[in-house]
Amino acid sequence: MPGLYARKVTAVEILLRNGHLVDPVNNVDGVCDILIKDGLIEKVGKEIVSAGAQVVDLAGKHVFPGLIDMHVHLREPGREDEETIASGTRSAAKGGFTSVCCMPNTLPVIDNSETVEFIYAKAKKEGVVNVFPAGAITKGEEGKELAEIGDLRDAGVVAVSDDGKSVPDANLMRRAMEYAGMFGLPVLSHCEDVALSKNGVMHEGYYSTVLGLAGIPAASEEVTVARDLILSEKTGTHLHVCHVSTAGSVALIRDALAKGVKVSAETAPHYFTLTDEAMQPYDANFKMNPPLRSDNDRQAIIEGLRDGTLGVIATDHAPHADYEKEQEISYAPFGIVGLETAVGLAVAELVEKKVITVKDLVIRMSVNPAKILGLAGRGQLGQGAAADVTVVDLNKEWVVDKTKFESKSRNTPFNGRKLKGEVWMTIVGGDVVFKDGKIL
Amino acid sequence: MTTWTRKDLLGLRDLSKEELELILETAESFKEISLRPIKKVPALRGKTVVNFFFEASTRTRTSFEISAKRLSADIINISSPTTSVIKGESLLDTVRNLLSLKVDIVIIRHSDSGAPQLIADRFPDVSVINAGDGSHEHPTQALLDLYTIKEKKGTVAGLNIAIVGDIMHSRVARSNIWGMTRLGANVTVVGPRTLIPADIDKTGVRVETNLSRGIKDADVIYMLRIQNERLKSNLFPSIREYARMYGLNGVRLKGAKKDVIIMHPGPINRGVEISSEVADGPYSVILDQVTNGLAVRMAVLFLVAGVKKSVKELEEE
Repeated sequence: MPGLYARKVTAVEILLRNGHLVDPVNNVDGVCDILIKDGLIEKVGKEIVSAGAQVVDLAGKHVFPGLIDMHVHLREPGREDEETIASGTRSAAKGGFTSVCCMPNTLPVIDNSETVEFIYAKAKKEGVVNVFPAGAITKGEEGKELAEIGDLRDAGVVAVSDDGKSVPDANLMRRAMEYAGMFGLPVLSHCEDVALSKNGVMHEGYYSTVLGLAGIPAASEEVTVARDLILSEKTGTHLHVCHVSTAGSVALIRDALAKGVKVSAETAPHYFTLTDEAMQPYDANFKMNPPLRSDNDRQAIIEGLRDGTLGVIATDHAPHADYEKEQEISYAPFGIVGLETAVGLAVAELVEKKVITVKDLVIRMSVNPAKILGLAGRGQLGQGAAADVTVVDLNKEWVVDKTKFESKSRNTPFNGRKLKGEVWMTIVGGDVVFKDGKIL
Repeated sequence: MTTWTRKDLLGLRDLSKEELELILETAESFKEISLRPIKKVPALRGKTVVNFFFEASTRTRTSFEISAKRLSADIINISSPTTSVIKGESLLDTVRNLLSLKVDIVIIRHSDSGAPQLIADRFPDVSVINAGDGSHEHPTQALLDLYTIKEKKGTVAGLNIAIVGDIMHSRVARSNIWGMTRLGANVTVVGPRTLIPADIDKTGVRVETNLSRGIKDADVIYMLRIQNERLKSNLFPSIREYARMYGLNGVRLKGAKKDVIIMHPGPINRGVEISSEVADGPYSVILDQVTNGLAVRMAVLFLVAGVKKSVKELEEE
């Protein structure tokens, strides 16, 4: 059920001293102490004293409510060779995420309560961070019949999504939104008109032309974003647009927000960092869906993050085996891993470049995901909140080394890239799960 | 003079004007060999070349094979139905096995854009020659086209060249665009809007959807093969309408320059993109292209093999 902790809570009291706490929900932005007890935030304030507590000095470091990645593929059940709940949550912990929402395109698909229960049980036993599954919108993610969303909700899904695919039938999407809305579940939509994207493998533009690779036009995303915004407006159900990649989508969502449509949207670090030009070496580690877009799109994504149209940064962590990626571009699967590089990319590309403030970063990586997924007691560190805490050294520069990943997979386009902002400690439910480079 | 420093020939996009000229000049020195009674020089004696074709091809494969033999290389042909590719082995594993046999040059034809580069980047000890990959590049075709243009017109610089047809799916068009523009030609691509790829104008070409306008003032008209399977994707309504709007025939040709030359990479679809009257007519250089393919491919094999001696020096040995 939502609220389950991944691991048994240790009874030890922890006192986090002298860290710079950024907790937008409670309006805190300054140096203070945090006392954790029984897995919850006991107290936040100046110079807290607690005799029995284990003290961690965080001078010079920033303390955030635990980051939440609302778009992760854990691959279990089904593709345990690529990732498992154990390895994926270790990867999350190292990346500073205390909770992840895992997508339902596993084998079998998370379209039934048994699979949801399996994931919660496995996460409780082997998980390092909290795992909250999304259930499928349609049976088998086949886009034909509604999944038993009521059952899924009762089993504990926090959202529904056919991620990896769109729901191609507009009427079915309408019914899904009406039905899921009844339970207050947000609908996470992978927006793609496959008739337009067809056999495309990269963004349609100058580079697809030069490389002779089939293009995925920006319109394939935008026509479906437009459709789903209209359906959200009509049904009143919360639409969350996954992995926004184009300027046109940002504009559509911005207009819908201004009209009061109940919509939220995420983008991923690669969309504000890279462009389609990166495909030039024909390296499938740059192949994902939606694809890396033009620089014009990248700048619109950055603008959307700045003005809040894109309220969430999620990774779309999609592990794949090396041998699958080391193929001709059209055979290689879509997707890249992202959990362990997200914070470093967001700090380097957004905070350092003054696109957003540290506070906005916390809003996009913790506050808003908690709000959208209805994770009560998370996304903030007020008294009584879950003791999910992320500690980051914002000034630390580091270089991505994929051989050091906790993830089972290495499919990153960022290997060797210098980033800024390193996760120093991750606390989940009062339990220190990652500290100073090591999973504990 | 420029020297050749590249391990591979993957495309013309990255080649400098000097490198293009070096290949064409080297080809010039090889052309005469095919006119001798004994059509062989020892330039690549002891080298092993593999013709690795993952896609059907007769003329390119044969042209490479004859070229390699005229240079005294040992060449073997492998085409995809006879390899483990269909059994599910990955491309890289197939190549790894092949390279264990100590091969010097791999000539690769593949239906996927980028496949030759995938191999070239991972195997530092073998030279890779792209014999056509997906819709990406077909560098030796464009080189033989440039050679033919130079032979007929004396130069490429300043010529007006129209490339007509399915630009979207054509690797021949892409390689020619890079080569022709780098050597100073004014290139116009002509075809229905549905077969013109995104942002092609950024390569420095002009785009024209009307054939008569597109070939006006052209010194060279380069016709591309239209493939029946494009019909299934609704890229044009019918072969009939395509032939009517974009087929080159005697009437259309009246609007062109008096000394225009007509080119085609083959195989031609008579009555579709080109009428027999034009294909077999006085302006056509289509068969000269095929002949020149030998000299150009000999030059490319010679250069990537890293043989620094000239043909003359070799013969003096």
